[in-house]
Amino acid sequence: MPDKKKVLIINRRAPYGRSNARDSLDVALTCGVFEMPISILFADDGVFQLIGNHQAGDIGQKNLSANLAALPMYDIDQLFVCTESLNTHGLTFDSLEHSATQLDQTAIQQLIQDHDVVLTF
Amino acid sequence: MIFSIVVQAAPYSCQSAETALRFARSLLEKGHSLHRVFFYGDGIHTGSALASPPQDEINIPADWNTLAAEHDLDLVVCIAAAVRRGVLDTNEAGRYGKSGSNLAEGFELSGLGQLADAIAQSDRVITFGA
Amino acid sequence: MALHTLNQPPGNIECLKRCLSALSEGDALLLIEDGVLASLPAYAAHYDQIKVNISLYALQADLAARGLNDLKDNRFIVVDDGGFVDLACEHDKVVSWY
Repeated sequence: MPDKKKVLIINRRAPYGRSNARDSLDVALTCGVFEMPISILFADDGVFQLIGNHQAGDIGQKNLSANLAALPMYDIDQLFVCTESLNTHGLTFDSLEHSATQLDQTAIQQLIQDHDVVLTF
Repeated sequence: MIFSIVVQAAPYSCQSAETALRFARSLLEKGHSLHRVFFYGDGIHTGSALASPPQDEINIPADWNTLAAEHDLDLVVCIAAAVRRGVLDTNEAGRYGKSGSNLAEGFELSGLGQLADAIAQSDRVITFGA
Repeated sequence: MALHTLNQPPGNIECLKRCLSALSEGDALLLIEDGVLASLPAYAAHYDQIKVNISLYALQADLAARGLNDLKDNRFIVVDDGGFVDLACEHDKVVSWY
């Protein structure tokens, strides 16, 4: 088995409207099971995955926010959020249910450089 | 160099499905190896044996099957994504009490662990998304 | 160094902006599928704002399919499918923006 690759997952899509958010979470959890180092960046509409009080029952979907809360149990704690995207949407860091490190554009460039594989959703 | 490809685009809905196929052909022509193609999300429709495009159009599932036969490729369709959307092999059809199965020849259903393995085993992982 | 691919048209300007803002020194951007529309000179200002040295490419088949061979900005280098594979090999990872 080669050295474990550092995987970066970039989430750019809002939850629920498309399956990308759920798909990416399933990939993250699977890589977590395989003990691969995982980081997750939430950017653009993807930052909406981080706000709380999701009540998805009436649209016939499972609560993604509750699933995100499970990430630490898989030792996935490297969560990042794009500061510019929060500003674009008028969201404040304090309004996020899930804690994530804020990154500016330069830091996001560095984040991409620091990982071996980048998967986008 | 060892590649793996992740296809998230549905055939005939999104050009990415065709780009992925062309990319796979090109890398094999150049002598690289393709460890695995992992079909995920709407990309799982690529594994439907029931796709019946007009004869003067590209047949994406059949072309993947041909390429897989020529190069002994591992075409893995995400089982969770596929079963939800109605692409089943005979095992899954039996499990869910369905009257027929429709996973195309050359493809297999398997879990996301196959994607994790592809990441671990490949020099490059490239996503074709929609 | 990363190869970035973009398959979204300029109508999805957020995707183009996101992709361009993620480029680091030495990275390459390859426009594919509808992304090749962003090779038109009308979008030059977006590339002028990039502060690092990067290489710009567009996929031949997608340019040709859309009638853009003679319309694209000259700063884009045209590559065929084999060139796409070469770019993926020359860079240590591929980031797909879609």
